[in-house]
Amino acid sequence: MLPKLFFGYYAVVIIVLSLLVVTRKNPVHSVMWMLLLFFHIAGLYLFLNAEFIAAIQIIVYAGAILVLFLFVVLLLNLREELLIERFIGTWPTALVISVSLLILVIRAIQDMALAPPGNHSVDAIQAETHTVALGKILYTDYLFPFEIASVVLLIAIIGALVLAKRKMRSPQ
Amino acid sequence: MNTILETIIAPGSIDFALAIGIILVKIAVVIAIALLHVAYATYFERKVIAHMQVRLGPREVGPYGLFQPFADGIKLFFKEDIIPAKADKPLFYLSPVIFFIAALTSLAVLPFFDGFVIADLNIGLLFLLAMSSLGAYGIILSGWSSNSKFSFLGGLRAASQVISYEIAMGLSLVGVMIMAGSLNLSDIVRAQHAYPTGVFVIPQFLGFFVFVVAAFAETNRLPFDLPEAESELVAGYFTEYSGFRFALFFLGEYTGMLIMSSLLALCFLGGWTIPRFITDFIPFLSAVPGIVWFLMKVYAFMFFYYWVRATLPRYRYDQLMAIGWKLLIPLALINILITGLVKAWIKGLL
Repeated sequence: MLPKLFFGYYAVVIIVLSLLVVTRKNPVHSVMWMLLLFFHIAGLYLFLNAEFIAAIQIIVYAGAILVLFLFVVLLLNLREELLIERFIGTWPTALVISVSLLILVIRAIQDMALAPPGNHSVDAIQAETHTVALGKILYTDYLFPFEIASVVLLIAIIGALVLAKRKMRSPQ
Repeated sequence: MNTILETIIAPGSIDFALAIGIILVKIAVVIAIALLHVAYATYFERKVIAHMQVRLGPREVGPYGLFQPFADGIKLFFKEDIIPAKADKPLFYLSPVIFFIAALTSLAVLPFFDGFVIADLNIGLLFLLAMSSLGAYGIILSGWSSNSKFSFLGGLRAASQVISYEIAMGLSLVGVMIMAGSLNLSDIVRAQHAYPTGVFVIPQFLGFFVFVVAAFAETNRLPFDLPEAESELVAGYFTEYSGFRFALFFLGEYTGMLIMSSLLALCFLGGWTIPRFITDFIPFLSAVPGIVWFLMKVYAFMFFYYWVRATLPRYRYDQLMAIGWKLLIPLALINILITGLVKAWIKGLL
C-alpha cells in the first residue's frame, strides 16, 4: 500500500510540475518549477533503490544543466518584465507528434510482459551498494555502449568548440 | 520503501519510534552546535582579521567582546524587513531559504566522530555535491528576483562561477573516491586510517590543491567573492536584503564554510582519526576523543579562510573562469588518471 502511495504521489506531482514548467510565462519561474521537478524525479529514483542515479540526477541536471539554462535565460532577457509567449507558432505540429507518440506508448504498454528477474535483485544490490553494482555492470557487460556514449559526447564538445571558433573568426 | 527508511535510520535499529526519536535528538544537537559555531565563527573571523590588520576587533560587548555575535543576532532580528517594490516576491522570499536549507541539509551526512552521523548514506559525498549545487540557486535567484542591477550582476557572476568551479570540485574528490573505494564519508575516513600515511592529502596533493581552491569559490569567500564583491557591487546578490532574510544568507555562508572545512578534514586529513604512526609513537594520544581531532582540523581550515581573506586581493571575473577551466579541471583530470593507474598497478591489473 505504502509503495503505491509513494509512487502515486511522485507520478501526480511530476505531471503537475511538468505542466507548470511549460505553461509559465516567465522563463525563470519555469526553471524553478523544473528544479522542483528534477528533485521529484530524483525522489522517484531513490524510491527505486537507485541512490547513485538519484544523486547524479541532482548534480548533473539540477546542478549543472539547469544553472546553465538559468544563466542563458538571465542573459537573454534583461527587460524588467520577463514575459514571453506561452506557445510558439508551430504548436499544432508538436501536438500531433506528441499525441501520436502517446498512442504508440499506450499500444506498447498493452503488449508489455514482465521479464524474469535477473541476477540483480533488490537484496543483491543492497548488499554491494548501488554505486558498486552499477559501476561493475557499466564497465564490464556494457563497456562498449558506454564508450560509444562517451564518444558521442566528445563529438558534441568538439562541435561546440568548432562553432564557437568560427563565430570568433567571422567578423574579421 | 523499507530500504529508504533503513538508510535514514541507523542499521540494526531496535525500535522504529526510538530510532526516529534518536534521529530527531541528533538533528537538534547538530543544528544547535552548528549555529552556535557559526555565531562564533563570525567573532573569530573579526578578531583574526583585526589582529592581522593591527586592530583589536570587537571588544565592547562582554569580556573580550565575546557576546558580540548575540548582539549582532538580536540587531538583525529586530531590523525592518524591506522588500523592493518591483521584486519578484515569491522568489525573493524563497531564495534565502533555499540557500540556508541547502547548507543545513549538508550537515546531515557529515560524520563528526566515529558513529555520530545523522544519515550514514552510501552516497554521502555525492549528496554533499548535490546540496552545494542547490545552494547556488539561492544566490542566483536572489540576484534576479531583487530587481536591482547590483544584485543582478552578483547573481550572474554566481551562475558563471558555479559552472566554472563545480566540475573541478567534483573531479578533485574522485581521486579520494578511488583510493577509499567508497562514497560513504565514514568509510573514507576509515580507509585513510588503514592507509600507511594516515591521511589522503599526501598521495592526493593535486586533488587537495584543486579542492581547496574550489572550496573558496564554492563558499563565495575572498579571493573568489565575486558575487558579493562589496567594493564593486555594494553587496552583490544580497544588496536588497535586510533584517532576518539577510541573516539567513549570512548564516548560510558560514555554515557553508563549516561544511567545506569538514569535507576537507574528512576527505583529505583523516577526519576524526590521526595517523597510526603518531599514536604508535605517542600512545596516550589515542585516548583523545575523535571529535577533538576533527574540530582541530576544521578550525585550522577556517583559520586558513580568514588568513587568505586578510592576505589576497579579489580575482577578476575572467581570471576565476580561466583558473577554473584551464588550471583546476586539467589538474583534477591528471590526478584522476594517475590515481587510477596507480590503483590498477597495486591491484595487479596492469
